[in-house]
Amino acid sequence: MSRLKLFLPLIIFVALALLFWRGLFLNPQEMPSALLNKPVPEFSLEKVADNKQVMQKGDLPKGPHLLNVWATWCVACRVEHPYLNALAEQGVPIIGVNLKDDDSAAIKWLDKFHNPYLFSVADRDGRLALDLGVFGAPETFLVDAEGTIRCKHVGIVDDKVWQTKLQPLYEKLKSQRWDAFAGDLSDSLISRCQ
Amino acid sequence: MIPELGHFALIVGLLLSLALSILPIAGSYSARPLWMEAARPLALGVFAFVFIAYVCLTVAFIQSDFTVNYVAQNSNSILPIYYKITAVWGGHEGSILLWLLIQAGWAAAVALFGRQLPPELLARVLSVLGMVLIGFFLFIILTSNPFDRTLPFPPMEGSDLNPLLQDPGMIFHPPLLYMGYVGFSVAFAFAIAALLGGHLDAVWARWARPWTVVAWAFLTLGIALGSWWAYYELGWGGWWFWDPVENASLMPWLVGTALMHSLAVTEKRGLFKSWTILLAIFAFSLSLLGTFLVRSGVITSVHAFATDPLRGSFILGFLAVVVGISLLLFALRAPAVSARSVFSFRSLETFLLGNNILLILIMAMVLTGTLYPLVADALNLGKISVGPPFFNLFFVPLMVVLCLLLGMGVRANWKDSRWDKLLSAWRLPFLAALVVALVWPLAFDHYHWGAVLGLFIGAWVFCASLADIVSKTRNAKSFVAGLKRQRASYYGMHLAHIGLAVAVLGVVLTTVYSVEEDLRMGAGDSHKVAGYDFDFGGVRLAQGPNYRAFEGVIHVSKNGKPVAELYPQKRNYFSGGNTMTEAAIDTGLFRDIYVALGEPLDRSNPSGDWAVRLQYKAFVVWIWLGALLMAIGGGIAVADKRYRKARAAREASLSGNLAAA
Repeated sequence: MSRLKLFLPLIIFVALALLFWRGLFLNPQEMPSALLNKPVPEFSLEKVADNKQVMQKGDLPKGPHLLNVWATWCVACRVEHPYLNALAEQGVPIIGVNLKDDDSAAIKWLDKFHNPYLFSVADRDGRLALDLGVFGAPETFLVDAEGTIRCKHVGIVDDKVWQTKLQPLYEKLKSQRWDAFAGDLSDSLISRCQ
Repeated sequence: MIPELGHFALIVGLLLSLALSILPIAGSYSARPLWMEAARPLALGVFAFVFIAYVCLTVAFIQSDFTVNYVAQNSNSILPIYYKITAVWGGHEGSILLWLLIQAGWAAAVALFGRQLPPELLARVLSVLGMVLIGFFLFIILTSNPFDRTLPFPPMEGSDLNPLLQDPGMIFHPPLLYMGYVGFSVAFAFAIAALLGGHLDAVWARWARPWTVVAWAFLTLGIALGSWWAYYELGWGGWWFWDPVENASLMPWLVGTALMHSLAVTEKRGLFKSWTILLAIFAFSLSLLGTFLVRSGVITSVHAFATDPLRGSFILGFLAVVVGISLLLFALRAPAVSARSVFSFRSLETFLLGNNILLILIMAMVLTGTLYPLVADALNLGKISVGPPFFNLFFVPLMVVLCLLLGMGVRANWKDSRWDKLLSAWRLPFLAALVVALVWPLAFDHYHWGAVLGLFIGAWVFCASLADIVSKTRNAKSFVAGLKRQRASYYGMHLAHIGLAVAVLGVVLTTVYSVEEDLRMGAGDSHKVAGYDFDFGGVRLAQGPNYRAFEGVIHVSKNGKPVAELYPQKRNYFSGGNTMTEAAIDTGLFRDIYVALGEPLDRSNPSGDWAVRLQYKAFVVWIWLGALLMAIGGGIAVADKRYRKARAAREASLSGNLAAA
């Protein structure tokens, strides 16, 4: 028995190695989203910087927009932030979902790095994020005028992601309904949005 | 031509390390002294060729040779020369070459300083290091060659080195960190050699210990420097983010710390032998695991280098071979080296065992938090993230227990201690720490019970260490005579413990008593933060070698007396279009004044009002000062005469044997 015990570290390591092996073929950027092509879940959350004002689903913009999950503890968000600023300057409406964060830290962050969001809601216990199927920050959803999620991106949105993934859909959604062009989209683009 | 020379040197190095990994170890089993003796020149030869390759890549950077892909990606012609030299390790391929250089350097150091080791042991240790070297040679040559050309159409100009890395802190951080990471491979090689030889005694521990302590000290410095860099370069005053890459360096540090303490027990009491071996295997495995996590793309992190499944598969395969074989060897051979002995519940052994268990628990917690998203994903449980709240929830209480135990343990004896003696030894430091903890917060503008608890923990470690030094000198003729009687390693140990106390105090005071204010300021505005007056003199333009910046001018004074003039910058780098915040900091022993420039409130008018962040960071330097003390403590411990005496004794016995023959 005591001899067998010595094999324990080896067994644990083999289990871990198998896990890593599987991990290599998983894409952390990719996540099956049950929510794709489903409406944004209902929510009722305080606004960051103004906790008297409670925002709801009806307060989302009436056109296509981005829903960006961010937090001050998320270092990757810090990297993503300047690009969101650039998008906001081009007129892309972005709503922030501030995930499990400290309100004052979030306000400081927005003051310091510039605020690209029309508004951010304070998702303090992560309920909205849970409903959205979010597993970390940053994550970005493309929502159409009807409030339906049409594309999601896990990880940092940068020039490449915007131009090859989100922008083509966003531009189309500005003028047409999803059903009008969805059939013509390439499979690769649709699968990348999942 | 020079890049090809570098590439060729790598291939020669690979061939030499093949010979190194086979010949000496084969010689140690067939009793061929000549084969065993080949280990030392082979190890030195490997180092020489890696060094040549390294110099070749550096030359390519200095010459801005953009026909080399790696150079084109990480440098450009207007980059200052010192950053050209450090840009060698600014990306994945070059940092692996640096890793290889340091790995070969450690092997060469063992070859140079290990002459007094028994020849079989030295041969086996160097052969194991040779096998590790093969892995890294293959990794760099097959998946990450820094000498690949972009011919026939080289770019006219290179893209820039990441501006985040254009910083003096980044010059020292990677080499120090790698010295630590890679240094654990020596302890690992010693452990494997012990398993092969079926022999582990106090003499073995005495050899393995200084190498481990040196690696640990380097890793401590590397981690501290990384955290310091995050503090001043990211521009928002934080110093630890529980990023997967930070965790990747913290985990080997935790296990390395456990290993040092376990080695002490093995050396002094001949106990914990198989445990020590297991820790040595773990420490190096976690270094490799860190590399895997950072470079394979299985986990997302800002620090993560170019991620590539091929590289990930390679490191995973390497990890599987190294760790799998080591643990198999451990399972088969550990009974041969282990020993049974008894020690009392009140002994130093018990406290060190507690230290080991806690450190491993903390490491397991960090590992869990880092891998949880991956585990959940792989098991199809969904994708979940673990943020700083998780880490703080476990890390803080476990560290508190570890520190309490440390203060108790330093006063305990080997084998057994008497309760009454222990209790009386603990009483005075306990009371002193209590007083410190209750009084110190009075110096700040508000009293905080969390601070009292944290200060007690830090002060307890500090006072217990001091009390031990005082009690050890009590029976000597004079205090100084008593001090002289103690060994260097004794002082090294206490200095490292005091360093931990200092770091704990720094963390607590910074967390509780720092003040931050974000303000809108225009030229001529003034504001008071934590008793300091900040006068904003407006923003001017400044020009750097490869960037343009807005530079704020801020005069800081206290009670009318000038304290500092600070010039925070908002930089715009020419090449990447990256904007970087360059905070201005006036550092002091008891506080930092930290000023960062936000954005102009009216973007079209940069000479108008700006968002400015003013911070008073209480005792923040203590965090890194503490780490520095820990590393110096490690250095002092290694200087202990005991380690050289062991060599002297060995030499004496050797010459005695020769004379007898």
